[in-house]
Amino acid sequence: MLKSTIKAAAIAVAAALIAAAAPASAADKLKVGFVYVGPVGDLGYSYQHDVGRIALQKALNDKVETTFVENVPEGADAERVIAQLAQSGHGLIFTTSFGFMNPTLKVAQRFPKVKFEHATGYKRANNVATYSARFHEGRTVIGAIAGKMTKSGIIGYIASFPIPEVVSGINAFTLSLKKVRPDAQVRVVWVNSWYDPGKEAAAAKALIDQGADVLSQHTDSPAPIQAAEERGIYAFGQSSDMSKFGPKAHLTSIVDIWDGYYINRAQAVLDNKWKSEDTWGGLDSGMVVLSPYNPNLPKDVVAMADQIKNDLIAHKITSFDGPFKNRDGKEVIPAGQHLNDQQILTMNYFVEGVQGDLPK
Amino acid sequence: MSPDVIAAVMMSVVAAATPLLLAALGELVTEKAGVLNLGVEGMMLIGAVAGFAAAMLTGSWIVGIVAAAFAGMAMALIFAVLALTLLANQVATGLALTIIGVGLSALVGRPFIGVPLPRLPQLYVPGLTDLPVVGRLIFGQDLLVYLSFALVVGIWWFLEKSRAGLVLRAVGESHDSAHAIGYPVIGIRYLATLFGGACCGLGGAYLSLAVTPMWAENMVAGRGWIALALVVFATWKPVRTLAGAYLFGGLAFGQLFLQGLGFSIPSQFLSMLPYVATIVVLTLISRDATRIRLNTPACLGKSYHPDH
Amino acid sequence: MPLDLRLEQRPQASAAWRYGAPLLAIAITLCAGAALFAVLGYPPAHSLKVFFIDPVSSVEGLAELALKATPLMLCAVGLSIGFRANVWNIGAEGQFVIGALAGGGLCLALQGDGGGWWLLPLMVVAGVLGGMAWAAIPAFLRTRFNANEILVSLMLTYVAVLLLQFLVHGPWKDPAGFNFPQSEMFAEGGLLPVLVEGTRLNLGTLVALAILGLAWAVLTRGLFGFQIRVIGQAPLAAAYAGFDQRRMIWASLLLSGALAGLAGVFEIAGPVGQLTPAIPQNYGFTAIIVAFLGRLHPVGILLGSLVIALSYLGGESAQILLRLPVAVAGVFQGMLLFFLLACDVLIRYRIRLGHSVRRAV
Repeated sequence: MLKSTIKAAAIAVAAALIAAAAPASAADKLKVGFVYVGPVGDLGYSYQHDVGRIALQKALNDKVETTFVENVPEGADAERVIAQLAQSGHGLIFTTSFGFMNPTLKVAQRFPKVKFEHATGYKRANNVATYSARFHEGRTVIGAIAGKMTKSGIIGYIASFPIPEVVSGINAFTLSLKKVRPDAQVRVVWVNSWYDPGKEAAAAKALIDQGADVLSQHTDSPAPIQAAEERGIYAFGQSSDMSKFGPKAHLTSIVDIWDGYYINRAQAVLDNKWKSEDTWGGLDSGMVVLSPYNPNLPKDVVAMADQIKNDLIAHKITSFDGPFKNRDGKEVIPAGQHLNDQQILTMNYFVEGVQGDLPK
Repeated sequence: MSPDVIAAVMMSVVAAATPLLLAALGELVTEKAGVLNLGVEGMMLIGAVAGFAAAMLTGSWIVGIVAAAFAGMAMALIFAVLALTLLANQVATGLALTIIGVGLSALVGRPFIGVPLPRLPQLYVPGLTDLPVVGRLIFGQDLLVYLSFALVVGIWWFLEKSRAGLVLRAVGESHDSAHAIGYPVIGIRYLATLFGGACCGLGGAYLSLAVTPMWAENMVAGRGWIALALVVFATWKPVRTLAGAYLFGGLAFGQLFLQGLGFSIPSQFLSMLPYVATIVVLTLISRDATRIRLNTPACLGKSYHPDH
Repeated sequence: MPLDLRLEQRPQASAAWRYGAPLLAIAITLCAGAALFAVLGYPPAHSLKVFFIDPVSSVEGLAELALKATPLMLCAVGLSIGFRANVWNIGAEGQFVIGALAGGGLCLALQGDGGGWWLLPLMVVAGVLGGMAWAAIPAFLRTRFNANEILVSLMLTYVAVLLLQFLVHGPWKDPAGFNFPQSEMFAEGGLLPVLVEGTRLNLGTLVALAILGLAWAVLTRGLFGFQIRVIGQAPLAAAYAGFDQRRMIWASLLLSGALAGLAGVFEIAGPVGQLTPAIPQNYGFTAIIVAFLGRLHPVGILLGSLVIALSYLGGESAQILLRLPVAVAGVFQGMLLFFLLACDVLIRYRIRLGHSVRRAV
């Protein structure tokens, strides 16, 4: 059986190779490179970027040729990989993880004609653009759903690392949750990993044992969904649609969709219209999408979630509308105002209602 | 904490400890024969992917479990040919086995990414399983958990009480004397290594079939190294291996539980807990130098050739 | 025995095979690699070229090879001394991380106004001391409490990585860094000078080569080298000769810790230039393979580290130029190691195939 699997994999690889190699006029095509921090088989973050790459290849098949390098560590190796992509004729290079920021800038300096796009960073140059998604907007929607679905008022939150993207997600979730269920509480457990199914499952179980009846996660594996299904509670997925891992438990997933962005940016290079800029797309841009709701979600909850989603898309509300206080009881922002992008990007506090460690 | 919560916590500890226990028991037998195979992580990964693939394709748990054991054995066979027949350095060969295991499992596993599978079924005995606290803990586990306990007893009996176990220990203690008495040193080491591979395969399969029924690249996530350390921790004793696996699994789960309760200790320090505790306990139990020396296979990691 | 193959001990280790074995291993690897690539649908000859030739066909490529090999050779040469004396330091990775933390922490504390020429030497000292301190824990627990150094040094690796994560997520994170887990970039004075303009090759590689030379001299000529060999091969004889085994445990752990710590400082003061959670890159573990590939000999370690480094670079170019999945690169790398390790048997043994004569038992 293993043998036949290897064979099947070999055939699939060969077919992919032939498909990629078939139109041989590679010289005039735009070569687009992707650098992933994880394996494309992580079914999470890197996987979603690769879905975007495949979409780009499909959409502009006669004009672009895509390459990816997976499992690239965020240390010294990254610079070499990025440089090698630039050297081998790639005209547009997407470096998809925060830790690639300084290596990307160093390489960009050496290859001024190559265009670089760095995900989730904050440093730009003439030939380095940045892009990210407002993941927290999705969290605002699911926070409200959690408020409606919880009975115990305890929400478990499985988190990876205390970086701003994760912290702002926890805060957006909690603010929205407490509007629906003011007495609710969010318990954060850090697993110090983006991807460790066993540890994520253990964290999920620990939270369920402590009375959590809804789980949210900012890690990449479907393990928490499985744990929720086994114990008969609800959970939200992350990065890709995880409903098949817990048909009853899974309420919705926050999905990152990079397809449109990658196609647009490659097209811009082809049209000679590419500029270095910062893109931070939310629900409105289609970069952040909620996967289809669980069919058992009550109608009024669906209506409320859709309302919040539409208001965010229409910019009638934001994820961080005042007034709210941080965990120490200090007001962060008064009523009638909302946090600006800079304030969201540098968030290093928890709002009221979050329980858990946050390194200072 | 209510009795139900205690029982649930215990179930989680079982889930964390079982893959460590299965792999460590296998490695223990391998090492008792004088063979140091550091490829545990690689063998677990291959077992995880093979077990998942087989269970998914055939729809049979038994086939999945057997396939995992055989896949682990196949990896161990590669190691044995290199290290036992061709006398390659055992430490380096084991590390290379892990490198190849990571790559091969990822390659073979591509078609199985993102495919859900129901959990390995757990025993249900009407009446008994419903007992408070101990019910599920004793009468509600799955096949591999019961197997891990059976292995503890079986390996203890084999090593301490059986003649074959005595021979195996003799081979690990002094291959030259064992050879002189007339035992087939290399053959016995092959068997011990294959047994170790099978157990590591099962440990991996426990992750991909029971803890988180799915295949994901690198899902063993370092547990193979912990299993290796547990053998040393247990001073090559099966019952202590059980204690070590549950201590480590308990602490690994416990630190997440403490975080959930809102302890304001940085999560990284809580995460250090299982590692530091293992060192402290090892230090406390190691003070009796002679006893440790008696348990450590004297020929551990040394190549053997009859002409030597 | 499952293999119908018999080894016959040579009366004397074969000098010819000492050099021939790795060449044979490489030949087998090329054949097996060609077969693997052909089965998976890649052009075999071209794939091998991309793997082994392309990465080093430019000055820049050669510089990258040396850069990647530097931490491997530093960690491996330290470990090899312990391995010769049967002291099993499996935690070079942790000592590497602590070395980076000590050197990096010092740089962050002192670089306020840009630092001077003195900054880098101080960082190096701090890194070496850091690596030694981390290795001193297993040495102390082993000599004082008899605690097995394999377990202690391995477990301390996890502790070191978590400590690094705590520091870069917490107190040492760049205040202007949007709360991302990275320290400030090091000032000029905290960086290793680049040797070849336009590459990343730095002074660290030269230092590593010098240390290899020194190790070679000490191990082959000095009394220390003799003591290590005796303790490793015949502990009882060593005890009679009055060599102190405790001192040897301390010496080899401290030495390997020092060199791993040095490798850690070179990594952050060289290609990385700051502290990040991605500092640990398994150099400490890979170095164990390098040490044995190099037969615990400094020259062998130099060659071994270059081979391993090349296999990493080759895996990257195969992904870029052939679109070969990283998993295949891993399998290929494992095969290469297997063949290298297996072929060493020819140095001391002759292979007889097809003889079913078994020794009377």
